[in-house]
Amino acid sequence: MAEGLRAYGLIVWMWTRSALAYRASFLMTAAVNFAATGLDFLAILLMFSQVDRLGGFSLPEVAFLYGTAGTAFGLADLALGSMERLGGRVRDGTLDTLLVRPVPVLAQVAADRFALRRIGRIVQGLLVLVWSVTRLELHWTALDLVLLPMMLLSGAGIFGAVFVAGAAFQFWAGDASEVQNSFTYGGATLLQYPPSVFAKELVRGVTFVMPLAFVNWLPALRILGRQDPLGLPGWVDFAPPLVAVACCALAGAAWRAGLRSYRSTGS
Amino acid sequence: MPDMTALIELDRVEKVFDVRRRTGPLRRERRQVRAVDGISFTVPAGQVVGYIGPNGAGKSTTVKMLTGILTPSGGRLRVAGIDPSRERTRLARRIGVVFGQRTTLWWDLPLRDSYELVRRMYRIDAARYRRNLDRCVGLLDLAPLLDVPVRQLSLGQRMRGDIAAALLHDPEVLYLDEPTIGLDVVSKAKVRAFLRTVNTEQGTTVLLTTHDLTDIEQLCRRVMVIDHGRLVYDGGLDGLHAAGDSERTLVVDFERELPPVELPGARCERVEGPRQWIAFPAAASAAPLVAELAARHGVVDLSVREPAIEDVIARMYAASSTAPA
Repeated sequence: MAEGLRAYGLIVWMWTRSALAYRASFLMTAAVNFAATGLDFLAILLMFSQVDRLGGFSLPEVAFLYGTAGTAFGLADLALGSMERLGGRVRDGTLDTLLVRPVPVLAQVAADRFALRRIGRIVQGLLVLVWSVTRLELHWTALDLVLLPMMLLSGAGIFGAVFVAGAAFQFWAGDASEVQNSFTYGGATLLQYPPSVFAKELVRGVTFVMPLAFVNWLPALRILGRQDPLGLPGWVDFAPPLVAVACCALAGAAWRAGLRSYRSTGS
Repeated sequence: MPDMTALIELDRVEKVFDVRRRTGPLRRERRQVRAVDGISFTVPAGQVVGYIGPNGAGKSTTVKMLTGILTPSGGRLRVAGIDPSRERTRLARRIGVVFGQRTTLWWDLPLRDSYELVRRMYRIDAARYRRNLDRCVGLLDLAPLLDVPVRQLSLGQRMRGDIAAALLHDPEVLYLDEPTIGLDVVSKAKVRAFLRTVNTEQGTTVLLTTHDLTDIEQLCRRVMVIDHGRLVYDGGLDGLHAAGDSERTLVVDFERELPPVELPGARCERVEGPRQWIAFPAAASAAPLVAELAARHGVVDLSVREPAIEDVIARMYAASSTAPA
């Protein structure tokens, strides 16, 4: 684990320096990245120019959901977003060059083509989150203050697990990155809206099957002082770290199974 | 009691792939392909071995099992006493791998930075790193290239850079997959000279796959030929020609057009105007043939073509499959 993190850091540093070899291009793509993710929020603002409430939620409340989902996803995307390229490495055989090095393959694949410009999404998410907090008249309890950072980190962990599991799936189906995207990018967009605008079946699905609801919905609803639509017991709002750990364990198992399969079939 | 001097040991190693093929809109056929079909050999420390065979013969599958990338389906395999598929990362510290077509260098960074990453990844101590880097840089003429971004290097320069990267951690075994493919004559010569030096001075065991017969001739005292997943030859290069019944070709330009010439122990393969292609056994000397031809006809020019390795192997395989059991 420590060896993996160290290798991850080494490779991330190399990619960052590679990106800085083209300084202008780096700054431009970072700016574009920041602006493009901002368009999502612009869509929400446009909606609120026509309506006062969305699924019973005010603009600052939706902004709070948007900011928490965006930040959590942004953290996972920065750290592991390039893993979707694994399928390409399996197809062209360059994965083999990673398998002959004395450091964990997962760390190498996770750091592969690390793109610092993805930090734009985190910055944008945090800005919206801060804005929403200043507009919401929340009564912050000590518990809420713990809940917020915990929610962001656990959310990043859950999304990270989806990235790893999605990449693991590409050992079997080389071009599965679109399926993965629907869960990662799609999931992040879903969580920007209040659960009350979606059908109950969908909310159940992202709670019990693909536990994205733990990224922000469940804990955020508590901070916002709202009931969750499924009427789950209150302690569930504090479950995100456990859910994140469980997801990461499952994703790790999927990764090991995928790598084992690759090593027995070659591609 | 295992042979302690054997660095690489294979005992009836097999690799079977399950291949699924679509045979109709809904029907799929499953078929087993034995890419490596029971190969046994040992390589003592310090040997340089050429591992050759046509595409799809099982060469790279073998190398992938030796490096721990692929798990064998059967048999026993050891490299430096380590089971590669079980202890892949431990083995990685003791082997160096160069994939001819896939560089492991960092495209946008100076060559030096790729080596720095290797140093940290393998935790090579400063003195040893300095010594190994200096040696590689000196022998491979890398000094003027160290501060150049890899994307600006020629193919030959990049290959030299890749070979150096694979040797910084003092591997006991070096695997090279087509190390001279696509290189110009000068680069090829440099690479070969370097590999010879590494082998004699460091005692590094080298296993290389290649299609270039000259690589084998200049580097390897031992050749292994694999075809259809089986070892069809294991021995010296001379023996390879004899075993393969191979022929060399004398290409002669006569002063004028002639009917196909007839010579003892040779046969005319092709005639094109005044030029004729005359095949003779690879083991025989060309000198008497040349003398005979020059005595009989006016010869303008001539050259000797070595048998292509593919042809040698093809003949060898044809011979081994038609021979009575």
